[in-house]
Amino acid sequence: MTILKNDMRYIRNSDDIVLIRQVVREWALMIQFSLVDQTKIVTASSELARNAVEYGGGGVLYLQIVSDGIRKGLKLIFEDKGPGIADIGLALKDGYTTGEGMGLGLGGARRLVNEFNIESSVGQGTKITIIRWK
Amino acid sequence: MTDKSKVRIFDIVNSTENEILENWLKLQISSTALRMDLLSERELRQQSAEFLSLFKEATSTGNWDINDSGWSRVLEFLDSISRSRAIRGFTPTETATFIFSLKQSLFTTLQKTSKNGTADLIQDLCDITLLIDSLGLFTTEVYLKSKEEIIVRQQTEMIELSTPVVQLWNGILALPLIGTLDSARTQVVMESLLSRIVETGSNIAIIDITGVPTVDTLVAQHLLKTVAAARLMGADCVISGIRPQIAQTIVHLGVDLSEVTTKATMADAFKHALNLTGAIVKKKQ
Ligand SMILES: Nc1ncnc2c1ncn2[C@@H]1O[C@H](COP(=O)(O)OP(=O)(O)OP(=O)(O)O)[C@@H](O)[C@H]1O
Ligand SMILES: [Mg+2]
Repeated sequence: MTILKNDMRYIRNSDDIVLIRQVVREWALMIQFSLVDQTKIVTASSELARNAVEYGGGGVLYLQIVSDGIRKGLKLIFEDKGPGIADIGLALKDGYTTGEGMGLGLGGARRLVNEFNIESSVGQGTKITIIRWK
Repeated sequence: MTDKSKVRIFDIVNSTENEILENWLKLQISSTALRMDLLSERELRQQSAEFLSLFKEATSTGNWDINDSGWSRVLEFLDSISRSRAIRGFTPTETATFIFSLKQSLFTTLQKTSKNGTADLIQDLCDITLLIDSLGLFTTEVYLKSKEEIIVRQQTEMIELSTPVVQLWNGILALPLIGTLDSARTQVVMESLLSRIVETGSNIAIIDITGVPTVDTLVAQHLLKTVAAARLMGADCVISGIRPQIAQTIVHLGVDLSEVTTKATMADAFKHALNLTGAIVKKKQ
């Protein structure tokens, strides 16, 4: 997989979440995502960015336009140095929340993208990588 | 900063105030950073003259720390100038030019009138630089602060502006939502909808989300809460304007909207609402 373009953004508060949605939409447009694909990756980003703010104490988003030869995709890495997730399977379960949400963000984000990967260790932080291919 | 240089500088400013002013004005006017379209020459002269006299007064105290009370009138004056420039649309550079071009004018006069050695001159230039720079930074800070104030005010206006609850018919309210639904805004929207329901005795509220770019779990949760609260007040909600891409995303997120009446467009929702109230729309014969 080659990286054609990359950049990063801070995710500190709810204003940043709005900016994250905007930048992800811009990047999705750059590789001519359809309206549906744009909406999916933007919504997934909104979920992961909000989790990073709400549970991770803020984090960073790395944006990459990647290609694996035949196709292009948008790869997004959400990283925080928060408390981490003890039971990833449980966190992914629909309806599970330790906050006041609906507990759908993480599982929903996974369903909205083509590739989804969580690395998390308690006390270290959480790193979630998603890819949506064109 | 030596007391000797302070006295020297004050003496020069005091005895050549007019020359410094004229020079300073020339520099400001010739500077490309001056917005003559936003500021008249007369106004500029007035501002510069007033600033210079306040500046002279402050330097006479011998205390050159601008945080000292002797400088409060200078700072107040700078504050009002920077603010008015920020509001008029000056850039930060254009705003700071006011102060920084004074440095150049002071330098020229100092150089000309300096009777003492190079060492003294360098000391004086150094002191002037420190002083003017701190005033320049102050200007920029005020500029930024007033820009921020403008943004905050606009945000508040936006929050109020963008939540118009309109009555479509007897008993039917509509709330066209536009833009990002963060928690603060949704709170305002929800409250104004609920109070209008009570005021108008409406029993149907159409929430149109055509203008909401992203519906994530937070937005969905806010919508569901609003629907539930309206229901407690005796009003049924219809959500309209769910575009196809949003509908797909909502399904993938796993948000359950089955308990809520949804319509593709506001027009469909209105027709549905009229129907519920027993009204019929007919073409004239
Ligand atoms: N970055 C993170 N760091 C630590 N814990 C997290 C992180 N992201 C998610 N979690 C945990 O996983 C749970 C489930 O997350 P998910 O996004 O699915 O639901 P939610 O945020 O609680 O509600 P919703 O997203 O529906 O508004 C959270 O309640 C939280 O305990
Ligand atoms: Mg979440």
